[in-house]
Amino acid sequence: MNNVMIIMKKQRKDTLKNIAVLIQFIMFPLLGIIMTNAMKNANMPKNFFADLFAVMYIGMAPLTSVLAIISEEKEKNTLRVLMMADVTPAQYLSGIGLYVFLACMLGEIVFCCLLEGVTGMNRVFFLCIAAVGILASMLLGAAIGIGSRNQIEATSIGMPVMMIFSFLPMLSMFNDKIAKLAKITYSEQIRFLISNLENSGSCASHVAVIIMNMVLFGAIFFRKCRIVFTK
Amino acid sequence: MKTLIEVNNLSYSIGTQKILNDISLTIERGCIIGLLGPSGAGKTTLVNILTKQVKPEKGTVDILEKNVVSGIMMDCFGLYERLTVLDNLEIFADIYKVPHARIDALLNKVELADAKKTNVCNLSKGMRNRVNFCRALLKEVDILYLDEPTSGLDPATTNKIHALIEEERKRGTAIFLTTHNMHEAESLCDSIILLNEGNIIEQGVPRKLCMKYNIENTVAVTLKNGETCMLPNSRESADAFFEMMKNEKIVSIHSSEPDLEKVFLYLTGRSLAE
Repeated sequence: MNNVMIIMKKQRKDTLKNIAVLIQFIMFPLLGIIMTNAMKNANMPKNFFADLFAVMYIGMAPLTSVLAIISEEKEKNTLRVLMMADVTPAQYLSGIGLYVFLACMLGEIVFCCLLEGVTGMNRVFFLCIAAVGILASMLLGAAIGIGSRNQIEATSIGMPVMMIFSFLPMLSMFNDKIAKLAKITYSEQIRFLISNLENSGSCASHVAVIIMNMVLFGAIFFRKCRIVFTK
Repeated sequence: MKTLIEVNNLSYSIGTQKILNDISLTIERGCIIGLLGPSGAGKTTLVNILTKQVKPEKGTVDILEKNVVSGIMMDCFGLYERLTVLDNLEIFADIYKVPHARIDALLNKVELADAKKTNVCNLSKGMRNRVNFCRALLKEVDILYLDEPTSGLDPATTNKIHALIEEERKRGTAIFLTTHNMHEAESLCDSIILLNEGNIIEQGVPRKLCMKYNIENTVAVTLKNGETCMLPNSRESADAFFEMMKNEKIVSIHSSEPDLEKVFLYLTGRSLAE
C-alpha cells in the first residue's frame, strides 16, 4: 500500500469517529433531501434547494474539513510524526485531499440525484462543476490549515472565509449589491452555472472567474506549503 | 564498539540566541548515550538535528554505515487520539512496510496487548508512552532516539521502559537518550553528555565523572546512635575509624562521591531540574 492510500485509510477511520468532520460531509446532503421532499411549492424555482445546498456544500464542507484535519494534525504533532516516518508533504496532502474530494463528491452525487428535469449530460456537467468548486475550496482550506499553528487559529480564520464563499451565493439572490460583490467569487459563479444547467449559453466568463480564484488559492497554498514544509 | 554516527562542530542559533555551540560527539552501536541538561539546554534541538528535522547552522552529522534505520520516540506523543492503539500502530506498520504480526509481538512486550482495541484518548500517560515506544520499535532500528521517555511516569512504568531500552541495547541498537533525570542516566547510560546553554560542559562514563568531581573525598560513616559523620578519605581518618570499629559503633560506611546532579551543579552553578 502506498503512503497516499495509507493516509486515506487512516482518515476514513478517523472521520467515522470525528463528529465535527463527519457532520460537514453529511449535513447539507441530508438537508437537501429533507427540504426538497418537504417543501414542494409551485412558486419556487425548479431544484431550488438542491442547487442552493449544493453550492453551500461546495463552499463549506471541503474548506472546513480540510482545514480541521490539517490544523488538528499540526496541533497534535501527528503531522510531524508522519513526516519523520518519511511520508512526504505531497503524499500527505494528496491523501487528505483525495479523501475529502471523494467524500464531498459523494455528497454532490446526492444533490445530483435530487435534480429534477435535468438531462444525463447536464448531470455530468453538474458533477464536473461541483468537482472544480470542491477543489477550489480544498485549496483554500489546506492553505489556512497549513498556515495556522493550531485548530483555534485555523477556525478563526476559516469561519469568516467559509461564510463568505458559502453564504454569498445565497444572499446574492436577495440583494443586488451583494450580487455584484459576489460575482468575483468562485462559489457565486458555480451557483450560476448549476442553476442554469438547462440554459444554453456561453459560460466562459464564469469559468474565467473560477480559474482566477483557483490560481489565487493555489498561489496562497503553495506559498504556505513552502514556508511550513521547508522549515 | 562500532561508531555509527559522528557529529562534528554542530552549531545552531535562533536569531541572535545561540541554541547549540560547537557540539561534537559519537554514537556507537550497543551503547546508551545520555544527554543531560536542564530545560532549555538544547537537548531537543540536538535530537531534532540528529533526526534531520532541523538543519544545523554549522557542522556535520555523518552516518558511518549504510542503510542505518532510526526510530524516534518524541516527548510529545503524536498519536491519533480517536483511533485505537492497534489502528495507530497499523498506520505506521503500513508506512514502514512491516508485517502486522510485529505489532502484536511488540504490544505483548510492553504489556499492552489487552488494550490494543482501546482508543488512545482513553489511555493513561504511561500507556501512551508505551504505545509511542512500540511505534519507535516497529522497524528493526539501528539507532533509537528517546526524548524524555520516562518524563512524568510512575516508577513501575519507568522500570518497564528501562527494561525495554536495555533489551534494545543488548540487540546492538545505539540509543540516544535525552533526560533531565540523573538517576535514569546513571543507571542506564554507558556514557553521558552534560549540556548547558548549548555547550557540552562534560562527557564520559557516569561513574567516572562522579569520581572525577569527588573533590571533598569524604566517607560517610553512620553510627549506631543514628549520627552520620563525614570523615576525610585519608590516612588521618584511620585512627578514628579504628576506634569506632573497635567499639562496634558503626552501622554502615559509604563513599560520598557526588551524583550527576551535584557534578552538574558544581560545573554550572545550576540544577538539572531547573
